[in-house]
Amino acid sequence: MECREVAGLADAFIDGELEAPRRAAVAAHLLGCMDCRRLVEETREMVEAIRDQAPYYTAPAGLAARVAEAPALALPPDIRDSRWNVRRRARQWSLAASFLAVAVFSSLATYRLAVPTSGEILVDELVSGHVRSLMVDHLTDVASSDQHTVKPWFNGKLDLAPPVKDLTTRGFPLVGGRLDYVGGRPAAVLVYRHRQHVINLFIVPDNPQRPTTAAPVVRHGFNVLAWRDAGLQFWAVSDLAVEDLGKFRELVREAES
Amino acid sequence: MEPRQKGALPGGSAVTDDDDRDRRAERRRFDDVALPHLDAAFNLARWLVGTHADAQDVVQDAFLRALRHFDGYRGGDARSWVLSIVRRCSYTWLARNGAAETLPLADDAVMAEPGGPEDPELAALRGADRRRLATLIERLPPAFREVLVLRDLEEMSYREIALACDIPVGTVMSRLARARTALRRAWEKPIAKEPAPREKDRGV
Repeated sequence: MECREVAGLADAFIDGELEAPRRAAVAAHLLGCMDCRRLVEETREMVEAIRDQAPYYTAPAGLAARVAEAPALALPPDIRDSRWNVRRRARQWSLAASFLAVAVFSSLATYRLAVPTSGEILVDELVSGHVRSLMVDHLTDVASSDQHTVKPWFNGKLDLAPPVKDLTTRGFPLVGGRLDYVGGRPAAVLVYRHRQHVINLFIVPDNPQRPTTAAPVVRHGFNVLAWRDAGLQFWAVSDLAVEDLGKFRELVREAES
Repeated sequence: MEPRQKGALPGGSAVTDDDDRDRRAERRRFDDVALPHLDAAFNLARWLVGTHADAQDVVQDAFLRALRHFDGYRGGDARSWVLSIVRRCSYTWLARNGAAETLPLADDAVMAEPGGPEDPELAALRGADRRRLATLIERLPPAFREVLVLRDLEEMSYREIALACDIPVGTVMSRLARARTALRRAWEKPIAKEPAPREKDRGV
């Protein structure tokens, strides 16, 4: 994929609106292209600035009542003057009250609901990173079960030193490591295996603003487990059962301390 | 939200009672569908027509219209449906009122703000940034502004935006990209005195 094409897809990439193959192609290009990475980064910052700083104008309190009132006029006049009049009035008022309640509640609800998308996009990126690693035979850039080979390989490639531990004796042999591009920045990926299953362990420097959920997330049949430790953020992605993935997390944590 | 049955109740009393009940049920169903999106409606209208008061009128008009055409609503994405009507009403309003070139804040005023020796200097700076950003968004042509607002403030998917704006998804994508690029360039640019910043003025 060429830079020109990537530039046209940058926004859709950030918004999580690209289908898997194109997303993968863009991500692969970004790994090797500083200019495009900068473009994506700047665009992402712009989007975040808009989200955080541009005003969202919520409906003024009176509007719900006005809206609730106006459509009542749409009722034909003969019904208005019928014997239902009094009861209708009363019901109208209670309706108006409930509109207000609904409006107030929904303004709160939409505000809350609007937030988690960036987390979901991240999970999508992680899972597609995992799938890509299995699909295009690009599981590792450095294939070695020796932690003393894998760890130094990251030197000078990233602004972090990922904790690399071989967990062969615990049933999770180290397969190797590679670079990937996740959440708007390059990430270290350690690859482990457990029986027939591959585990991609994504590691980036911790960013308190980046959302994580402690609970495992299932996406397209893959489990994603997130945690933070020692200034780093970890995501384990695999088709392993959640319990096994949880065990893996404990082992990685133990090995670190 | 399943459609309620038109009620031909047994023991048919006065026809108006049934009619009344039907209308009421229809109203309630409308309220369930449309009212949760009042904020989204107001936000879009406010960004398109430019002032609070006008946005209120537009939204009220839009909801009235939505109710009248509620039988045309076939389920599906309610927010996109409501917003498509709000959007049309906004454009009707703009056409009638001459699509006023809204430039609510002079850039000079924005620039003059930071630097005051008051204690919340940073807050002032941030406030100025916010206002500047809002101003820049307001300067985008409406077709680009609406897509940006629906995506970045309303957080709708491209498909939902395509439905609301009645354009293909590909157009959503390209308009959004162009809107953000224009915004990014204007944002990075030292503040221009001219109302409409042109790309070739500075070699960015």
